[in-house]
Amino acid sequence: MFAEAPVTAPPYLATLLWLAPLPPLVAFALIALFFNRYKQLSATIAVVSMLASTVISFIVFFNVWQLKDLGKAPIRSTFPWLPTGDTVLNIGVGVDPLGATFLFMVPLACSLIFIYSTGYMAGDPYYSRFFAYLSLFGGSMMGLVVSDNLLTLFIFWELMGFCSYSLIGFFFRKPSAYRAAVKAFMTTRVGDMLLLLGMAYLYTQTGTLSFHEILHNEEVLTRLAETQSAFGLSAAAAIALLIFGGTVGKSAQWPLHVWLPDAMEGPTPVSAMIHAATMVSAGVFMLLRFFPLLQAAGEHNTAFLVVALIGAFTAFMGATIAVAQYDIKRVLAFSTISQLGFMVAATGIGAYVAAAFHLLTHAFFKALLFLASGSVIHGVEHGHHHVSHAAHGNHGSHAAHSNEEHDGHSMHSDASHAHDFDPQDMRNMGGLARRMPITFATFLIGGAALAGFPFITAGFWSKDEIFADAYYHGLVKGDGLATLVFVLLVLSALMTAFYTTRQIVMTFLGQPRTEAAAHAEESAPSMTFPLIVLSVFALFIGFINIPKDFPVFGALMGDGAFWLKNYLASMLLEKPEAPPFNAVPVLFSIAVALGGIALGYAAYGVRPLTAGQTDPVERLPFFKFLHNRWYWDDLYRIIFVRPMQAIADRYTDVVDRGVIDRVLEGGYALGARVTKSFAEFDRVVITGFSDTVGRIFRAAGDWVRDLQTGQVQNYLLSSLAMALVIIVVFIFLFQ
Amino acid sequence: MSLLNTNILSIITFLPLLGMLLVLLTPPRAVRTIQWGSIAFSLIPLALSVVLFFSYDQSKGGFQFVESATWFPQINATYKLGIDGISLPLVVLTTFLTPLAMIISTSIEKNPKAYYALFFLLETTVLGVFVSLDLILFFIFYEIGLVPMFFLINQWGGANRRYASFKFILYTMFASLGMLLAIQVIGLTSKSFDMVYLASEAGRPFTERNPANFFGWDTSVWKAVAFVAFTIAFALKIPIWPLHTWLPDAHTEAPTGGSMMLAGILLKLGGYGFFRLVMPLFPDVFGQALLPGLTFAQVLAILALLSIILGAFAAWGQNDFKKLVAYSSINHMGFVSMGIAATGLALAPNSTVREIDAIIAGNGAVLQMVTHGLSSAAMFAMVGVLYDRAHTRDLNRYGGLWAMMPAYGAMLIFCAMGSLGLPGLSGFVSEFMVVRGAWPVFTLYTILAMAGLLVTGIYILKAIQKVLHGPLGEEWHHHPLPDIRFTEILGVAPLMGAMLVLGVYPALALNLINVGVQGLLR
Repeated sequence: MFAEAPVTAPPYLATLLWLAPLPPLVAFALIALFFNRYKQLSATIAVVSMLASTVISFIVFFNVWQLKDLGKAPIRSTFPWLPTGDTVLNIGVGVDPLGATFLFMVPLACSLIFIYSTGYMAGDPYYSRFFAYLSLFGGSMMGLVVSDNLLTLFIFWELMGFCSYSLIGFFFRKPSAYRAAVKAFMTTRVGDMLLLLGMAYLYTQTGTLSFHEILHNEEVLTRLAETQSAFGLSAAAAIALLIFGGTVGKSAQWPLHVWLPDAMEGPTPVSAMIHAATMVSAGVFMLLRFFPLLQAAGEHNTAFLVVALIGAFTAFMGATIAVAQYDIKRVLAFSTISQLGFMVAATGIGAYVAAAFHLLTHAFFKALLFLASGSVIHGVEHGHHHVSHAAHGNHGSHAAHSNEEHDGHSMHSDASHAHDFDPQDMRNMGGLARRMPITFATFLIGGAALAGFPFITAGFWSKDEIFADAYYHGLVKGDGLATLVFVLLVLSALMTAFYTTRQIVMTFLGQPRTEAAAHAEESAPSMTFPLIVLSVFALFIGFINIPKDFPVFGALMGDGAFWLKNYLASMLLEKPEAPPFNAVPVLFSIAVALGGIALGYAAYGVRPLTAGQTDPVERLPFFKFLHNRWYWDDLYRIIFVRPMQAIADRYTDVVDRGVIDRVLEGGYALGARVTKSFAEFDRVVITGFSDTVGRIFRAAGDWVRDLQTGQVQNYLLSSLAMALVIIVVFIFLFQ
Repeated sequence: MSLLNTNILSIITFLPLLGMLLVLLTPPRAVRTIQWGSIAFSLIPLALSVVLFFSYDQSKGGFQFVESATWFPQINATYKLGIDGISLPLVVLTTFLTPLAMIISTSIEKNPKAYYALFFLLETTVLGVFVSLDLILFFIFYEIGLVPMFFLINQWGGANRRYASFKFILYTMFASLGMLLAIQVIGLTSKSFDMVYLASEAGRPFTERNPANFFGWDTSVWKAVAFVAFTIAFALKIPIWPLHTWLPDAHTEAPTGGSMMLAGILLKLGGYGFFRLVMPLFPDVFGQALLPGLTFAQVLAILALLSIILGAFAAWGQNDFKKLVAYSSINHMGFVSMGIAATGLALAPNSTVREIDAIIAGNGAVLQMVTHGLSSAAMFAMVGVLYDRAHTRDLNRYGGLWAMMPAYGAMLIFCAMGSLGLPGLSGFVSEFMVVRGAWPVFTLYTILAMAGLLVTGIYILKAIQKVLHGPLGEEWHHHPLPDIRFTEILGVAPLMGAMLVLGVYPALALNLINVGVQGLLR
């Protein structure tokens, strides 16, 4: 499998790395500056640029995917960027095994989303702008992946933040959209500030920000581990925690998860970008990059503990909330939060490969699910449009319906259609399987992968890997933390299978519960093609890391078993202990997946909901609590947003005008009184001067007399008094 | 060309004065000639300063292109000019911003002749401050600079212009009177006004070699007086909280071009004063206790922190677009002060601050002056463009304008993101460097400053949202606002370009700044 001899990668690879993020970035500039009036051209430029980026990335990937020692000697290219005294901070690009796997996934997923968008966004008045932002988004993620240092990673990280802000708020007239955009930007910014501090700290301690020079360097890691920091942490742990703050924001972990569900205000392809290929993946990607730092801090250190607990808690919380949502995209949003929690928790218990593996598989099946849900919404929209036209006696008019309708770019949409109808509410769906067969089939595959349906989906293999690690460290080796993680994740997986089944049944099976659903239509090929490609990956990408000793499958894979694990091995100086094959967690994994599906089917599939019927989950004791997302949003509004807003609203009046200006004016008034006595002294001592000054004084007084603010006069008086003092001093000094 | 070689600084400094003379000789009705003639003329100092930028020998460092002439021998004042890595970027910034502010000012209808004449005068005085190496000369330029700015606000400003202009001139004059006293005392103490000599071991005032004993006060008292006088003068100019209250009024009432110069350049005189005078002349004071348990550097850092946080909160609370931008200057300039505090502390004897940290903080502070000059000027220009059309600055009356002004919207977002410090644009680099430099020196304050950076995000997004997003404001349905014009784009696009270039490749300016800051610290 791996090339034995020291294979040297072709020298042009470094150049290709520089080029990989460029096409979409150039496309952004071209569209923004020159072609924003030409819709088709803009879309073409964006898609072609992303495809070009994909080709470049694939050339790199297929040159390095068999290099066993790539992690020890990554391909890098750097140049000096920031002069700092006699030293200089270098930045550059590089590819190591972790980056290489992302060079495969990211551009591929982005390209498919771009292609899908050409269909989904058709008819939008700001079609060109959409593709400009999308290109910048894709280009930034590519830049992040090829960065060989934290500084450029952070630059692209923030650029992505800007893109997601712009795209979530793409329907800029719609208040809910721009509020969601601001929320996303500000919530992630909290994490970014921690990351910025972590970066400053790391740079201070090591004098560099290069991943390889810090994280693959025994000496530096030891030094960081031995340096003491605040709160009894080592510098390594403190830096790791600050950097993890960035992950918490970007990858929507509790307590900064609140932005992600609202982010679905953006057009659906954007959700797919955010939830799969770019934003949230970037957070975990960075956390995995800094895994050696966590390791350096020690096996049971606080940093590992915090990461594991936040991840496991988030996984559990996200799953419970997803159970009680009606919006098709909101269910997926909370499932993303929950699945990211799986990855973070895995990282926290040292399951490095499992976390990376789940990150990769999740990206494919979640992109698939979001795009498929977009297709569903599109179809239901279409049906709704059809119905409302029919109601107006305009039967059969298949006027190209546009996104203006549901996405709010039309100024009249709210007024002309009494828009009580929500095309994203699963209660308004049902029976779509017959109307939209391709969408159904692909959604089913994506859902099965998410639920971890055994053997034939990628999600099963990666989730199983996490369970195996957690089980081994927890129940076999007796680590309490890993046990807790295992329990929480198993429960979450059960709920995942349940809500996924609920979602599929409510959307696709049974009878249509609205007219719109009854008249839904399958989407155009530009949208279904990406779905089909993604479902292939959602099924088979799991085979990159089949456990070697797994019955039947391990043998089938032969040398190909554990490819990812072997490939990533060279990333770490200190290999985490790999669990031997154990059937118990596998059985758990299979049991919860099938059990959740069975439960879901029992509740929804046996007797599908009919129109107006109450959803069984509403009978759950905590339904309201879950449906309202554990009330985090409301809590934050009360304890953070409102008090801060109150400070901002009052600060100027109270402090600047109320205190500072008053004090200064008081000082001036005092000065003015002193002036008078000074003027007396003056007249006696230096008559000539006082005459001149007095004249200026009177003239100035006359000049400002008509001014309404009496204070100005005071200012002037006291200022002249000061001048007088100075002049007197000078006369003494210069004699 | 020999004249150009030996006197290039004088030429750059006084060329605008020639421009002023030419404007005054032009008949007042030839408005277009005055406007575009001035703009064209102002490109000459720009071109020369770019030449200067590339001819400065970075490997040699120190003051270059020095000119020296006898000027006022009775009091030891000389006409001495020179530039180093700290002043040169600010010279270029000045000559770069002037034509752009002039372009934006072409919409001014009231007495353009006087306006452009004053603008040239302003440019000369600011350049004079940056190139002066003699304290008296420095002070003269510093003070004369107030006059054109006063009239620009007083004559061409908004509704409340008289109050604002008086507040501006009285605050700054009050502060500079103290500075004048300090300069005189220094002159008497060290028997020289030569800034290079004063910064040297032999010439430094208030030492054993150069004692001050006047009026029965001893050296340490005079030193404290002089230090406080300088610090207040420059702190007020930056401005550092709580000496900032003149700024929102002056910036808001000034005409757009005036605001661009005020925020873009005049505030930098304060930061520059710290680097050029306070640090070299009083290197030990930064480490001395000012309040119980707090060194001067720490107090400065705390005030910088308050500027960052409270400036941001104040900006968030504004509903006047221009006032919001004005307060953002206090927020951003807080990073300059923070960098100064960290750099200054390294100068103190027995300082524990590592040189590398001080250099990074100092580099960051100087670069922040440049980047804030770009982003604040751009933001004021964008506010002005909108005000020219809507005749209101009330954020609550805008809304949804992006649909009506797509190009303006895109440019506003770009400039606002520059102001926010989005990586990829220049503001990020300088803020990051200050944070990095200050982290080991003032760890707690750096952490707290993040709260300010967070709120920076809030007020920037508030501005974008209130102007561009949401449903179109009622009144604009029947009063369509035209998109940004070519002339206006011409005035803003170079700023955007500069933000991008410095954001992508900051070494362009930092190589030079690095030399300057190193020179200061060694």
